Amino acid sequence: MMTSENNLAMQDVTQIFRGAAMRSIGGELRAVDNLSLNLNANPPQIVSLVGQSGSGKSTLARIILGLPRPTEGSVTYCGKNIYALSGKEYETYRRDVQPVFQDPYGIFNPFYRVDRVFWTAIKKFKLTSSSRQGLARIEESLHAVDLRPEDVLNRYPHQLSGGQRQRVMLARIHLLQPKFIIADEPVSMLDAAVRVLFLNLLIDFTQKYGMTTLFITHDLSTAYYVGGEIRVISRGKIVESGSVEKVLIHPSHPYTQMLLASVPVPDPDARWQEKARIASEEEVILVEKPEIEAIG
Amino acid sequence: MANDLAKVVQKKTGIGSPLLDIEDLKVYYNTVNGVSKAVDGVNLSLKRGEILGIAGESGCGKSTLTTALLRLTQPPGYIAGGSILFHTAEEQAPLDLLELGGEALRAVRWRHLSYLPQGSMNALNPVLRIKEQFLDVMLEHSKIGKREALKMIPTLLAQVNLEPYVINMYPHELSGGMKQRVVLAMAIALNSDLVVADEPTTALDVHVQRIIIQMLADLRDSLGMTVILVTHDMAVHAQLADRVAVMYAGGIVEVGDVHQIFKTPKHPYTRGLINSIPRIGGERIRLDGIGGNTPSPRNWPSGCRFHPRCQHVMPVCKQEVPPLLQVVHRHSLDGEHQPLVACHLYSQPGLGGNHDDE
Repeated sequence: MMTSENNLAMQDVTQIFRGAAMRSIGGELRAVDNLSLNLNANPPQIVSLVGQSGSGKSTLARIILGLPRPTEGSVTYCGKNIYALSGKEYETYRRDVQPVFQDPYGIFNPFYRVDRVFWTAIKKFKLTSSSRQGLARIEESLHAVDLRPEDVLNRYPHQLSGGQRQRVMLARIHLLQPKFIIADEPVSMLDAAVRVLFLNLLIDFTQKYGMTTLFITHDLSTAYYVGGEIRVISRGKIVESGSVEKVLIHPSHPYTQMLLASVPVPDPDARWQEKARIASEEEVILVEKPEIEAIG
Repeated sequence: MANDLAKVVQKKTGIGSPLLDIEDLKVYYNTVNGVSKAVDGVNLSLKRGEILGIAGESGCGKSTLTTALLRLTQPPGYIAGGSILFHTAEEQAPLDLLELGGEALRAVRWRHLSYLPQGSMNALNPVLRIKEQFLDVMLEHSKIGKREALKMIPTLLAQVNLEPYVINMYPHELSGGMKQRVVLAMAIALNSDLVVADEPTTALDVHVQRIIIQMLADLRDSLGMTVILVTHDMAVHAQLADRVAVMYAGGIVEVGDVHQIFKTPKHPYTRGLINSIPRIGGERIRLDGIGGNTPSPRNWPSGCRFHPRCQHVMPVCKQEVPPLLQVVHRHSLDGEHQPLVACHLYSQPGLGGNHDDE
């Protein structure tokens, strides 16, 4: 099962944040704690990673993208440590592992037209030889995510809606055809009606183009919707894993059960009857503060 | 539901009496490219003790409506017409919020009208202790003295399940959920007639969201609070609202009891919204969402503004604006709970719209 050909894996990764901000919790914070995760692109699949804020989801995403170097442990791409790749191999890794970030407002430089997102990718990875070909590829990718090129090209980011911007990021992924997508809360800032369209595209990409997705979310219902495998993360550790059907219908870990109980059901006849404990929120505070410091 | 309402009646007088009437409200923005009609003819009424949910996608005018209601509209925005009648507990004649100015408006704010903003993390002043921020509000907007106010703050915090020591803390020492609860405690501090909550749970974690939702429900039950709850998250409406108003493109397309909205939604847009919510469990069906984009407020489509995205579009939809009319609901005979819908499927009998949702 473990083909080293097509996999992206983390082995025993620990990420510790230290500094003045962590003084109140003993000087250091283990955002990711001795965690291993294997993403296999053969067959392509969607792996959801769920947890509350402060559980280490985003830190994990950043480590797998090679942004911060973990304190301990290693990240391997096709069996090779990403920090020991040759220049050429590193370029392949950079191209094959692509992110989709949470904030559709934060990812664009407001001074440049949206087109630049595509052209920098084309130039960096030398996708086409002429700009005419490039434009054709861009238009094809925009069509693949149900955007009309005339609505998007030559515009500035502020002229697009949040859903359009997030789909532009998917179009960029379509253009690059990576093997892995690391999607960190891609739909949490989108409206319900647009959210479903985005998730449908993500599902299609997995099936049509064989892209394996790490789908990070705090919303369990979206994780159920995309299907596949799920990992539940709490305080930097994976506490439960399995297929979404197994984990979300018959959760065994109390943390998963607590998360599930917190999902509001869209049915006015199924309102919550008993009170939720507040205590488990207070625990989170410890983790929440340093996370702000850690990004940057 | 009925039980909930009955309980409320004992808590606060005048439950069920009208509190707010918004009539033909228009809020426009002057932009370089022309006038942007963000809120264009909204009619809405609210009774004491109820939680009215306002739903809709981003860009449909929800926030513009609430800012106008709070008289916080900033240039280039301006109120182009309509009235907002507010029936306060003390005065006989209703106040027109749009006519008030200066001191009169100040007197209404917080005493009668309080606000629970979106992302309350940013609503608190980072350099003042929680205590000072409470005092700010309480001394300014009521006749309560400082000593008395200081005594009241721990009680207020207790209502949102916060310990008294929080009063001496700074906002950065609190978690997101705690800050949201502090702001909630401030919103209820002067027992105002109406609390406008703009996306109160959007930036929060699922578990914290649950706590805030339950807290709002409890406060409504114990204090008889009236709440306007603005959120795009339909599941939150299902949990909390008594009635739901669905906005699209600057207008209200459907208003009805929360059960009716979720069980038998009438307007195609409402149906689209309800059908876009993924659920846990059961067969995994591919949801359709609503295709297309929200139209630009500078250039609304003609006729029914939803027609370019609607699956049931008819020729009449492109020409005539559908009025907001009462639809006879088969399952209840009570006139109070009839939904109001703005859709040609229902306004023109004989076109056969009435039975396709059964």
